[in-house]
Amino acid sequence: MLKRTPLFAAHQKLGAHLVEFGGWEMPLCYSGIIEEHLAVRAAAGLFDISHMGEISARGGGAVDFLNFVLTNDARKLQPGQGQYTILCNERGGAMDDLYAYRLDDAEFLLVVNASRIEADFAWFTKQLAAFPGGGAVELKNRSSELAAVAVQGPKVAGFIDDCFPASAQTAAALQKNEIARFNFAGRIVFVSRTGYTGEDGFEIVAEAEIIEALWDKLLEVGHAAGLKPAGLGARDTLRTEVCYPLYGHELDENTTPLEAGLGYFVALGKGEFVGHSALAQQKAQGTTRKLAAFKMAERSAPPRPGYSIWSAAGGAEPIGRVTSGTQSPSLSMGIGLGFVAPEFSPANTAVGIEIRGRRVPAVTVPRPIYRRS
Amino acid sequence: MSENVPADLKYAKSHEWVRLEDGTATIGITDHAQHELTDVVFVELPAPGRKVAAGEACAVVESVKTASDIYSPLSGEVVAINPELAKRPELVNKEPYLGGWFFKLKLTQPSEAERLLSAESYASQISP
Repeated sequence: MLKRTPLFAAHQKLGAHLVEFGGWEMPLCYSGIIEEHLAVRAAAGLFDISHMGEISARGGGAVDFLNFVLTNDARKLQPGQGQYTILCNERGGAMDDLYAYRLDDAEFLLVVNASRIEADFAWFTKQLAAFPGGGAVELKNRSSELAAVAVQGPKVAGFIDDCFPASAQTAAALQKNEIARFNFAGRIVFVSRTGYTGEDGFEIVAEAEIIEALWDKLLEVGHAAGLKPAGLGARDTLRTEVCYPLYGHELDENTTPLEAGLGYFVALGKGEFVGHSALAQQKAQGTTRKLAAFKMAERSAPPRPGYSIWSAAGGAEPIGRVTSGTQSPSLSMGIGLGFVAPEFSPANTAVGIEIRGRRVPAVTVPRPIYRRS
Repeated sequence: MSENVPADLKYAKSHEWVRLEDGTATIGITDHAQHELTDVVFVELPAPGRKVAAGEACAVVESVKTASDIYSPLSGEVVAINPELAKRPELVNKEPYLGGWFFKLKLTQPSEAERLLSAESYASQISP
């Protein structure tokens, strides 16, 4: 039996094209992937992200504990700030990638991938048991009681505050990565200026009982600005264009954040943390593979995950493998990400993507593949 | 959702449609199929002159989401392919039964057409 989010009825009402995604029955699209993608780039899109997990960490020891299990420097977070960070195993492999928000001095909210909720919570619990002073931290998996939406696009800041007339502050005043409490339907909701599309936008975490009312209110206040409901199809093409990793594609337990080009989020200088020695060693020695972004050099079928990447010069073996690939709705060409031997990762390297037995010319490009003009 | 299934065409269970005219067959994919695929961005068609057998995978339709094989519903020789699809693959979504046709076959075993589905049978196959 597939899991459903509290917005399932709302998706059905909108005529969503529903598909299975990681054990969840989710909207792939409503009006069409390309149309929804372009709506987010030009105006606004509304996504159900309630399948994602929420884990809270509270107590005087929370900041030190999170600083020990996550790669980014959690001590840099002031109350009201969030950061992208990675949960690593001892080998430096990624258990998950997530957002950590410091709600208050001693309270953190971690937003994790849907497929990793149980694994993450078990890992946090195990690490906490061995952590000195672990008794000063209370961990709670709040994933089933909380729901979330993402409202993304250049027009969103112009209408989002119409949802919160009873709130003293304005969401549009939040800076990138900031989070604050707002009032909606008599409840507290968390609004952050974050997203997974490369556009300006917000993510809202709320109690499951009020999420449908919030969804409907957003559609109402965003209608005039061109807000459209958008599904996982557009979510994937949007994040691929801006080269954001997707867990299970660019990251897994055998892939380090350094290999995936996420070294910026690994604070090797902050002191000991889980995976530190493996990552420090890899940093010193250099990785044996690197994530590269590429564009197809001619009109072709879109590249897909699993396709082989070849040197333009040929060779007996592929030089890498595609991890994410699609047709870019913004650029109208095939684009993708893949791990390659380091000498092929610099931009403007000619490569070939094997599509149904034929090596189609492609070229590596700087990340992100798409940038707002 | 109401599905568009023209009465004058024949259908395959694998969601291709067939228009029969004087020993040739024009083949495309149904409105239901294009809806399931979502936005079509690329179509790979068989080379003219290729001989295909009924049930043989001979074209690939790529949507944003996925790649799907297209099976020839009948046996024959490919005598024409739709040249517009190279430039405008979205015709498969917009006009699945008109501008979005894939290829034409000169049939080598016309009696196979008797095994195709009527519009009525196909419509009942795809009804939820």
